[in-house]
Amino acid sequence: MVLKRTNPTLYYLQRTGFYLLVIVITLYLLVPFFWAVLTSFRKSGDLFLPPAQFIGAASTFGNYIDVFANPNFQKGLLFSLLVAVGSVVISLIFGSFAAYALGRFKFRFKSGVLYVILAVSVFPQIAVLGGLYTLISNLSLYNSPLGLILSYLIFTIPFTVWVLTSFVRDIPGELEEAALVDGASPLQTLFQVLFPVMMPALVTTGLLAFINAWNEYLFALTFTSTNRTVPVVIANYSGATQFDQPWGQIMAASIVVTVPLIILVLVFQRNIVSGLTAGAVKG
Amino acid sequence: MTTNATPKIAAPVRRRGIEAARARQAVLLLLPTLIAIALVAGYPLYRTIFFSMFEANLTNPDQRTFLGFGNFWFTTSDGIALGFLQDPKWWGAVKNTMLFTVVSVFLETVFGMIIAMVVNSAFKGRAFLRTAMLVPWAIPTVVSAQMWAYMYNDSFGLIGRGLLGGQALLANTDSAIWALIAVDVWKTTSFMALLILAGLQSLPTDMYEAADMDGATKWTQFWRMTLPLLRPALLVALVFRSLDALRVFDIMSVMLGNVNAASTSMTGYARQALIDNQLLGMGSAVSIAVFVIIMVIVVIYVTAFRVKFD
Repeated sequence: MVLKRTNPTLYYLQRTGFYLLVIVITLYLLVPFFWAVLTSFRKSGDLFLPPAQFIGAASTFGNYIDVFANPNFQKGLLFSLLVAVGSVVISLIFGSFAAYALGRFKFRFKSGVLYVILAVSVFPQIAVLGGLYTLISNLSLYNSPLGLILSYLIFTIPFTVWVLTSFVRDIPGELEEAALVDGASPLQTLFQVLFPVMMPALVTTGLLAFINAWNEYLFALTFTSTNRTVPVVIANYSGATQFDQPWGQIMAASIVVTVPLIILVLVFQRNIVSGLTAGAVKG
Repeated sequence: MTTNATPKIAAPVRRRGIEAARARQAVLLLLPTLIAIALVAGYPLYRTIFFSMFEANLTNPDQRTFLGFGNFWFTTSDGIALGFLQDPKWWGAVKNTMLFTVVSVFLETVFGMIIAMVVNSAFKGRAFLRTAMLVPWAIPTVVSAQMWAYMYNDSFGLIGRGLLGGQALLANTDSAIWALIAVDVWKTTSFMALLILAGLQSLPTDMYEAADMDGATKWTQFWRMTLPLLRPALLVALVFRSLDALRVFDIMSVMLGNVNAASTSMTGYARQALIDNQLLGMGSAVSIAVFVIIMVIVVIYVTAFRVKFD
């Protein structure tokens, strides 16, 4: 560093400024979450305390015990898991077929199909809400997890197709040619040759699609009445009486549904960044 | 790289046969996806367009009367305006959604850029900040809305009581929209930062070394080199974020309730007509308007900035 020798004062001033910026960014990113975690461990009576005393107040697991004893929340977790896993599995199967075709085969209307898929992925969900509602009630799937799985395909399928196609394009062609020469059918090639290579891509794409399905709110709110998923349960969490919001329990429920996601995201950090940029930046 | 190794002159007929077979296989592989998209996107979209021209009830869609564009614009002989385009509340929702989109996407881009530049430089604790960056992004929108609703609360909240001394930020729609923008900015700045960071890391470092040698300041380097080179990545990120912001509903619904969401979000207004008021025809008409507004904005973006997706 030249500056360190020529003008040490300015250098240290710059470094201090930079680290201050780092601290501000870290606090901005983490304090709201930290505050939610803290609240989830506080008794409802302590919520009135000023911040300094609130941080020092006694911890309790009471909110978590109450949340897990809440039948709506238990059911919500089950339905959320069912719906998210269901739609992701279907999307990964359909999506890898489509991505194989789009990434490896030559045929007419290929760019047309790609544009349709891109168009659907930027579709505002509200544009299909009325039509989907009548479809779902005609199929008697209202309030059923199956109805939600079906409706979630509108965003999970285009997403998986789009991201997987860009991964398939990057797989070296020799692998597949060898399989073709050996007389393998396209499905055999896909399952036995490409799937093992695509495993990291499938995990990443599946995880991102899972997060989207797990977080979905508009369809879940509209297509179910009692079989709620967790976002809707948390949005409408009510206490013993109508007038007090049980903030401690709401925060505990929020932490319960968020922590698995944060762990997954941190474990698959690198893959996620590549998955997010595969569709968008690199293209 | 072509996958077909058969020499062209030797067996032209056979080659055409293989290609035709490959094309058929491709269609078969695409079929499940195309059927699913037709079922969950194509057909419902067609139904929404269809019902937008009728008066129909959600619980009994088969009993309907044709209105043409009456859901959009209709004045009775007594001078009562029935179309939603004549409803000031709809235009309020449009205004609030636009304000929400423009301000939050702008702030997310600026903050995302700052965070990405910081994470891209060498310092102690870089790995930690990179990880911390993922936390707001990983939190479900509904959860972050509840977290912030609690912080805004006038009797318990860190912000509502601590910083503002017991002011109910969310009680009034005019101030509430800014509070909601803050939530969206907090939640999605990290997404922007991630995309920008990926773009930054693909820039060649020797270019900056050359600029340093020539005596260009960091400030000049940013405006003359970094920003122009980041343009493609930045524009795609911007389009996706704008689209997300334009269809916003969950933040409004959780923090303001569904009734107030109808005057702050276009999707909220459409959903209220469609589901809460059970007006299938009117709700569909509003949905189509939202769809058209968003598509027009996409087309403007794509043509004005020549965004390329592949």
